[in-house]
Amino acid sequence: MSIYGLAIKSLLNRKHTVLLTVAVISLSVTLLLGVERIRHEARNSFTSTISGTDLIVGARSGRIGLLLSSVFHIGSAENSISWESFEAISRNPQVRWAIPLSLGDSHRGYRVLGTNDDYFNHYLYGRGRSLQLTAGQRFAADHEMVLGSEVAEKLGYKIGDHVVVSHGSGEFSFRDHDENPFTVVGILAPTGTPVDRTLIIDLAGIDKIHADSTLEGSDHDAFDVFLKDADNHEHGDEPEQITAFLLGLKSRGAALGLLRTINTYDKEPLTAAMPGVTLQELWEAIGVAENALLAVAGFVVVVGLFGLLVTLLTSINERRREMAILRSVGARPHHLFGLMVGEATLVTLSGVAVGVALLQLSLLVGQSLIASRFGLYIQGVGLSFNQLLLILLICGCGVLIGFIPGYRVYKYSLADGMTVKL
Amino acid sequence: MSAFTQSNKIKSLLGPVYIDSVEAVETIINITNLQFAWRRDAAPVLDIAQLNISKGEQVLIEGPSGSGKSTLLNLLAGVATPDHGKLTVLGQNLGEMSGADRDRFRADHVGFIFQLFNLIPYLSVVENVTLPCRFSRLRRDKAIQNGFNVAAEAMRLLTHLDMNDPDLLGRPVNELSVGQQQRVAAARALIGSPDLLIADEPTSSLDANLRESFIQLLFDECASRGTTLIFVSHDPSLEKLFDRTLRLADINRAEKPAIHVLKGGK
Repeated sequence: MSIYGLAIKSLLNRKHTVLLTVAVISLSVTLLLGVERIRHEARNSFTSTISGTDLIVGARSGRIGLLLSSVFHIGSAENSISWESFEAISRNPQVRWAIPLSLGDSHRGYRVLGTNDDYFNHYLYGRGRSLQLTAGQRFAADHEMVLGSEVAEKLGYKIGDHVVVSHGSGEFSFRDHDENPFTVVGILAPTGTPVDRTLIIDLAGIDKIHADSTLEGSDHDAFDVFLKDADNHEHGDEPEQITAFLLGLKSRGAALGLLRTINTYDKEPLTAAMPGVTLQELWEAIGVAENALLAVAGFVVVVGLFGLLVTLLTSINERRREMAILRSVGARPHHLFGLMVGEATLVTLSGVAVGVALLQLSLLVGQSLIASRFGLYIQGVGLSFNQLLLILLICGCGVLIGFIPGYRVYKYSLADGMTVKL
Repeated sequence: MSAFTQSNKIKSLLGPVYIDSVEAVETIINITNLQFAWRRDAAPVLDIAQLNISKGEQVLIEGPSGSGKSTLLNLLAGVATPDHGKLTVLGQNLGEMSGADRDRFRADHVGFIFQLFNLIPYLSVVENVTLPCRFSRLRRDKAIQNGFNVAAEAMRLLTHLDMNDPDLLGRPVNELSVGQQQRVAAARALIGSPDLLIADEPTSSLDANLRESFIQLLFDECASRGTTLIFVSHDPSLEKLFDRTLRLADINRAEKPAIHVLKGGK
């Protein structure tokens, strides 16, 4: 009959322990759902480090290597590709836009990217977000530079500061290009992508510093081949070599065909990769950590539910008298079993409800903070399918946990009858 | 609904078995050659050749600790079943009923008052009184028939037992005095007019002057609704109040094992 009404009253009678148990469960639920949410967003954010780009093209290498060097700026491409190839492929009728990328230089550990205005026009990340400037403007001349948000923040650069670029990619580089300081003209908004850790200059700027320094310097042996080649031409706006380029196509369906064309390009050995697919592959490889995180959060919930079990089991001994009274007024053993399961269910449900509310609240409050700090855009409130599954699982476990004290009470009530030996 | 169909409804609720026993007037409890041991290999703690209690009787079962009173109550309540012999309550052979049926039978037909701590601490006075109606449809229907609804019937019983002070009703039950708690327990045992009321030392925590008035209230309520009262006590001074006294030591043929004396069956 209305055994659940009894369960509610009995819980209210033991508010303090019950509230503590609810608190433990709700915090663990918040943690688990939060981790699941952030895991989901991290994956989203990672796999949309670059979006809107249909193909990445670089010198012949592995697809992941190409992605790492051109998008994440990790490692360095072993070979460059010629400007002629870039021009030839970007004239393909399927191509809507093409962005050249030239990497290889750095500033205090941050990579320098040489590109052109199209980078700001077409580069997209996340769900089709374009790069936004928080201050200043795009570069308009060879010696002008736009900074990623992290570079500007960590190194304390402002608009108008002069920045010196060095060869190579380490913290301490082979040689500073002292002769060619760049002027900061713009700072980008945080993106949560490697763009934040990049200094962006015009392609011509990169080419120019290398050309200029070769004229004076003699310790550039490592770059001789590359630079000599550059010197043999008259310098226009066009560089001789770039590291990679990004392509946006008129229709997505053309990507596969063009990919094949590029991979079999006969003038130069090239590799093309579809960034979305390759990012997924990469995430599969490094995504183990997120699973570990989820497992830890899962264990916290298990601990919370154990707390519930302990609360219920310790209450049983104090409540044998109560159980005997209930038996004497006609409660059957299955009623007492139901009372225990009902209490466990109510505690779990309220814990889950409070936990979900807590999570949504902290998301609402923390959304902008997380976005600006970590560049992680958490899309609104609400629950994902995975989170709903987790919630159902937790509620199910809560009910099952009630079976343990329920069974003991059932046994006691059969053994004790109405005489309580305390 | 007419009075006729009402009473028919009650008869149908009681079931055909009781119609017979009502007409035959009126053995409510019949024990024949009953033996009971708590464990299969142990000596029996209860061995009763013959015991009959009639409907409406107010019987005192008197005996010292360890004489088997608790065991007898557990048997009458259907919590335990006899190992040998026959135990019939309201014409039903309890030994042949399933556990669930005995539970249902107890819920429908037996009210209890214990020595102490009768009340559920997290329920109000009235909620405690109406508790049996949550578990027995029969007693709920009878309570509704007696009063206007279950809570009104509870209030009526509490008023009869001098427990209708609104201040008392609003208090948490564990702030009531022992005497007040016992009266609430009596109201609970009486709600829905069970056929049998079993009181297990209900007055042993009460002062002597309260004791008699409590028993008198119980007598009045039982008499007014034809409830049979079985009152268990170790106190021989109560004998004078009852029509009939059974000394358990006289009717129980089981030898008292020392271990049971130590355990003290209350």
